[in-house]
Amino acid sequence: MEKITTHTGTALPLRRTNVDTDQIIPAVYLKRVTRTGFEDGLFGAWRNDPEFILNKPEHAGVSILVAGPDFGTGSSREHAVWALTDYGFKVVLSSRFADIFRGNSGKAGLLAAEVEQDVVEKLWEKVEADPSTPVTVDLEAREVRAGDLVAPFRIDDYTRWRLLEGLDDIGITLSHEDDIVAYEATRPSWKPATLHAPS
Amino acid sequence: MGRTLAEKVWDEHVVRSAEGEPDLLFIDLHLLHEVTSPQAFEGLRLAGRTVRRPDLTLATEDHNVPTLDIDKPIADPVSRTQVETLRKNAEEFGVRLHPLGDVEQGIVHVVGPQLGLTQPGMTIVCGDSHTSTHGAFGAIAFGIGTSEVEHVLATQTLMQAKPRTMAVTVNGSLPEGVTAKDLVLTLIAHTGTGGGQGYIVEYRGPAIEELSMEARMTICNMSIEWGAKAGLIAPDQTTFDYVRGRPEAPQGEDWDTAVAHWKTLVTDEDATFDKEIVLDASEMTPFVTWGTNPGQGVPLGACVPDPSDLDDEGDRIAAEKALEYMGLEAGTPMGDIKVDTVFVGSCTNGRIEDLRSAAEVIKGHKVADGTRLLVVPGSVRVRLQAEDEGLDVVFKEAGGEWRGAGCSMCLGMNPDQLQPGERSASTSNRNFEGRQGKGGRTHLVSPLVAAATAVTGHLASPADLPAARAASQA
Repeated sequence: MEKITTHTGTALPLRRTNVDTDQIIPAVYLKRVTRTGFEDGLFGAWRNDPEFILNKPEHAGVSILVAGPDFGTGSSREHAVWALTDYGFKVVLSSRFADIFRGNSGKAGLLAAEVEQDVVEKLWEKVEADPSTPVTVDLEAREVRAGDLVAPFRIDDYTRWRLLEGLDDIGITLSHEDDIVAYEATRPSWKPATLHAPS
Repeated sequence: MGRTLAEKVWDEHVVRSAEGEPDLLFIDLHLLHEVTSPQAFEGLRLAGRTVRRPDLTLATEDHNVPTLDIDKPIADPVSRTQVETLRKNAEEFGVRLHPLGDVEQGIVHVVGPQLGLTQPGMTIVCGDSHTSTHGAFGAIAFGIGTSEVEHVLATQTLMQAKPRTMAVTVNGSLPEGVTAKDLVLTLIAHTGTGGGQGYIVEYRGPAIEELSMEARMTICNMSIEWGAKAGLIAPDQTTFDYVRGRPEAPQGEDWDTAVAHWKTLVTDEDATFDKEIVLDASEMTPFVTWGTNPGQGVPLGACVPDPSDLDDEGDRIAAEKALEYMGLEAGTPMGDIKVDTVFVGSCTNGRIEDLRSAAEVIKGHKVADGTRLLVVPGSVRVRLQAEDEGLDVVFKEAGGEWRGAGCSMCLGMNPDQLQPGERSASTSNRNFEGRQGKGGRTHLVSPLVAAATAVTGHLASPADLPAARAASQA
């Protein structure tokens, strides 16, 4: 996974609450068996509307999404994160993320940074006034900066560390394989199994 | 100090715990389906890894499979490739798969419990947010993304920060004609879609204890719709009776040992929850959604709400957008809303009791002109059981369509979709924009409301129906 320390880019002000993962990427785009190319499904239904904010030329090249509360609710599809990263987003800012979406972001290298709603509102106003406003998201300092706005964001210590180091979770876990083996030895034999030795 | 049920199950599964790190949890059962697994298997292949515990892994085909012509190759080539990819991966990595055409095929959250693989005290994950369904057995069960699917395949563990705990205590008893679905929709309207965020929720109290296992599954299924990490219910005699004798349930002495352990899986009297919500079931009525998230619901007897009555600006804008999308006017009685398609099915309400209750309402009636009824059993076993009981005949005689098993119109990945502007009453779990088909408009309802709606052609409860002809002739 690519390391993230500090990212500076332009932002997309998405004035919507409860942006569920069916809106981020509709189910019809989930039929693929590959891991790339999901950017065409990003906000699939909304993008049909020429007035949708992502279609506006002044927002070309955005890499930071600033959304209303309860972002990423609904389905567990990690395709929602892939659609955002494949499109070029590095960061999503919201005052509240759905748990699964936040978890998926941490695994797939998208920084889901939780800020107070008033910070979201200020960023919306700044970016709507001037779409070229540079926004910096500093993971080391856990800080978002845009012009005179300097505000902290929340992210758990462990996810922050993994993103800063660009670490692969499976590799970390397999370094503790002895613990897994020891645990497996203590599991009760009556726990169910899906495969059975031929009798 | 005492522990909650969730804490007990969690503690039993900690493989490794370290300061400043999430716990490493052992996973007892990993369920797979065709949509969220291909990239995970590809990751294993690229890294030269294997599935650590194929004996704790089960795959079914459900999201993307047709419910008609299931003996023929899948018509959509992209869907077919995805299903075939699962078959190849299952074979290559030694994973048990119940494919289309197999008697155990069905929605992954219906199949696990009916096989007896879902048992109290387990940790269960799947790349599907409705994995919370299995919490009905007193298991910690939650949905994961594809990176985590790969992690579980490779290690049979997951790194997880311990969530906070919440109790939802439901006092009283549900009145006649009010179901578990109405209960959970009422709860979500009360909490909003983010109310459970960061919590494992234990549903408890007299109204929960009275519910059957299938009704408990309906409640736990929708935990994710109010943002909870997982929802669970303490196992009791109802649970044990449901599990006993199923193909993968413990037998003989193992059964006694298991039950003795399961009986310890209750929240201690001196345990404390981080938060508690108390509801009264006896005040509940049939409940339906009017908007585009599961928290936007009202009693069936109420009217479409007026956004200008909402205090919070975000809620007001969301409600305005929802009404526009849904094509509804504030103040319209919910019961006046005409419906084009009624969908009975899904991991929320696609089990045998759901089909029985819908059939009982519809028996002797006809589906209204201009309304279509689609009945999709949650699994092949449910379908066969329903056919044994003659439920398929009831639906077909009323003019409904009787289909093969799968997720179907719940998410419209297969051909079962709404047309743009078409309106459904659906026993599924999500009324998101476009969820059941591009431009489709979804009202979430119970199986009883779904059946009555099919007969009248507008949102209705069984109480709105004239006495059935068949009943009067009997």
